[in-house]
Amino acid sequence: MNDLLRRLLNLPPQASTYARDVDFLHYFVITTTMLGATFVFLLALYFLVRYRRRTPGETTVRVVTSTPQEVFIIGSILSLFLVFWVVGTLQYDRMMTPPPDAMTVYVTAKQWMWKFSYADGRSSMDVLTVPEGKPVRLVMTSRDVIHSFYVPAFRMKHDVVPGRYYTAWFEAKAPGTYAIDCAEYCGVSHSRMLGEVHVLSPGDYSSWLDGHPPATGDLVAAGRDVAAQRGCLNCHTLDGQPHIGPTWVGLYGSQVKLEGGRTVAADDAYLTRSMMDPQADIVVGYKSVMPTYRGVLEEPEAAALVELIRSLQTAPHAPSITLPKVTTEGSALPQEPLP
Amino acid sequence: MTTIDAGVVPVPRELAPRRETYLNVAHTVKSWALTTDHKRIGVLYLVTTVLMLALGGSFALLLRTHLLTPAGALMDSYAYNRTFTMHGIVMVWLFMIPSIPAAFGNFLLPIMIGAKDVAFPRLNLLSYYIYLVGALWVIIALWMGGCDTGWTFYTPYSAHSPSAVVPTVFGIFILGWSTIATGVNFIVTVHTMRARGVTWFRMPLFVWAIYGTSVIQTLATPVLAISLCIVGIDNWFDWGLFDPARGGDPVLYQHLFWFYSHPAVYIMILPAMGVFSEVVPTFSHKNPASYNAIAYSTLGIAFVGFATWGHHMFVAGMSLFDAAAFGVLSMLVAIFSAIKVFTWVLTMRRGSVVIRTPMIYFLAFLFLFVFGGMTGVATATESLDVHWHDTYFVVAHFHFIMVGGTLTAWLAALHYWFPKITGRMYSERWGTVAATLVFAGFFITFFPQFLLGNGGMPRRYATYASAYQPLHVISTVGSWILGASMLMTLGYLLVALFTGERAGNNPWDSRSYEWYTPSPPPKHNFEKEPRFELDPYDYTVPAERMHG
Repeated sequence: MNDLLRRLLNLPPQASTYARDVDFLHYFVITTTMLGATFVFLLALYFLVRYRRRTPGETTVRVVTSTPQEVFIIGSILSLFLVFWVVGTLQYDRMMTPPPDAMTVYVTAKQWMWKFSYADGRSSMDVLTVPEGKPVRLVMTSRDVIHSFYVPAFRMKHDVVPGRYYTAWFEAKAPGTYAIDCAEYCGVSHSRMLGEVHVLSPGDYSSWLDGHPPATGDLVAAGRDVAAQRGCLNCHTLDGQPHIGPTWVGLYGSQVKLEGGRTVAADDAYLTRSMMDPQADIVVGYKSVMPTYRGVLEEPEAAALVELIRSLQTAPHAPSITLPKVTTEGSALPQEPLP
Repeated sequence: MTTIDAGVVPVPRELAPRRETYLNVAHTVKSWALTTDHKRIGVLYLVTTVLMLALGGSFALLLRTHLLTPAGALMDSYAYNRTFTMHGIVMVWLFMIPSIPAAFGNFLLPIMIGAKDVAFPRLNLLSYYIYLVGALWVIIALWMGGCDTGWTFYTPYSAHSPSAVVPTVFGIFILGWSTIATGVNFIVTVHTMRARGVTWFRMPLFVWAIYGTSVIQTLATPVLAISLCIVGIDNWFDWGLFDPARGGDPVLYQHLFWFYSHPAVYIMILPAMGVFSEVVPTFSHKNPASYNAIAYSTLGIAFVGFATWGHHMFVAGMSLFDAAAFGVLSMLVAIFSAIKVFTWVLTMRRGSVVIRTPMIYFLAFLFLFVFGGMTGVATATESLDVHWHDTYFVVAHFHFIMVGGTLTAWLAALHYWFPKITGRMYSERWGTVAATLVFAGFFITFFPQFLLGNGGMPRRYATYASAYQPLHVISTVGSWILGASMLMTLGYLLVALFTGERAGNNPWDSRSYEWYTPSPPPKHNFEKEPRFELDPYDYTVPAERMHG
């Protein structure tokens, strides 16, 4: 039945974990609404024949629908729509919230190509290689105009916007090659901004990994190197001490309080945005002194830093010690030391 | 199909006494160019919008013909992108928005409320010329190579697009003034110019529809003007107001744009609904099943329509709360449309229904609008929209509403009021054939596009994967049928304009107030002060009672 309806509606294969559920709602919505539309049309045709004009100029009696009739019609349509809405909202929540154990791939879109960067330093153009049965979190941004990452077979789509880091996710169900399209108009070669997702079985995926040695073996160590080379550790600590900037210990996944009263979850997208656009979100108690790393950090470097911060999620805070002496002019000490 | 109802009195031309009408009162070009008569201004709008429909329609035919082959049959990507952009801009701002309100609204609204003219006749003429200047700017932009951003002008692409963005948005900015002026004029007219006896709840329902439209036009258009101004400044002076590298936010632009452009959808569909709220009672010879339901749902659409824009942005980065709120509000606005649909259908019950060309268009509208509206509810379901967003499914959905809804209503209006405007009757036989062809051509064009969208074909693609070709070919053939039937309509209506039988004052035996006056109406609409004894939908008494 699923397959018959899917073919009738010309839908692509259901290659992600949520595609089947989305399609089931699709069948329900399309069937009920089309039956409703057909009913209304047939009712009109029936009235047309039943009450056709028999003598020119004949008069008719005045009939007005009663309030109970109106309430019944409106109530039944509204409750049907509300069923669509409740199921659709629950599904939307699931489709937009990556599971915590997902692997991260960075997606950078530019006119007219897709670049995929992995935390271990590898990157590829237009081909995203992932294992089957493992959730994949995409942290996406654009270098120029708005694009949209669309994999029809996954029923997945999300805009890719310059200056923003959006997170999307999928979990591929079966090995195969699936088309990636750009779905947001982006200029002359919009229709040629195509890519492919290669989904490999776990065995094939590990041999593919072997055939494509990563630039670095240990991601956390790579992150430590980047942090040292790029000067991150001048302001951020790896031992839980607040410094010029917030410590990275226990940061990943926490709720961060921002100036202006907002709170934001420290996920991959937030951390990356904080590197590229530090003025966008100022953590309560810190001065806005961090320079932008846009154009300085490569995507794999940013990804390695996120991996480092993730590894410090459960690291113990060091015992409180005297704050290191800061000599940089214009820099500020945190206003409240940790308890 | 050539039988004509009671009320039509064909009078041979040589025997008809010469009666002064708004058409023969003066014949000079100046008398048309400087007229402040709302009927002549309505006719000017009608002629201009028909030209714009022809322009936008030619673009549509070019696009469809191009898409016959996967690599593109006619143009390169540069030309294709400019063509779909100009198709959207011309159809939305130069045809669809003024088509029913400015042409038929101008002609009929004052007559329907028993007024001599609109409240501000000279402002009315000015707004026509502003429209003309705006249209001219858009055509200048076209001559400069056109704009390639899509009719939505999304930043940051529009800030850097190498095409004629600035003249295009400037043209639309100017058009906005015309829209606002017309809206304000109609609102004041409805409030202050109603004749004695025409209370709010005795106004013909077309007036309610134009009133609701005018409210939206007046409130929403300034937001569009502001957003397009910023787009123009960004493109011309590179101020980077939406540039993320300089602190701007491209997604904010989308919120601003859709805050106007979603209500603009109701600017296009409410007048269409108003047309059928006149056509259905007239040809059913019965009062609307619920006058109040139609009037109040018009206001409901006008106001709730302002709170649904976010459903265009479910994949543009939106919180779950926002998505859920916009989703449920979009479904609420669909309820108001459903109320209207059921009211029209129930109006036919226990009526005396007769089929004429406007009624065939009603049946086409009913099928296409309900079908298209239901796909609108489907796309307002957040999780389903993720797959459909920016695919041909959405293209098919809004063409079912805009073409299947508004264009069929416009054609119904053109036939229904043709005798009132011209004083002559069109050929019912040709009308039937053309209406059937319009429906068939439309359906063949746009139904395959739902399936293309389901298959994952993104919109605005100059080239496509070859698996999509069969459905594209069917769609293209449909567009040729639609184009041919529109040309046919133009042909027989032009013939009828000169050789059609004389129509009487009230050829459809309607009770609505515009039929009280002769066809075509005299310069000041009524020969003496009108007295509307009956309700505009009172079919319980014979036609003779209309004049007391």
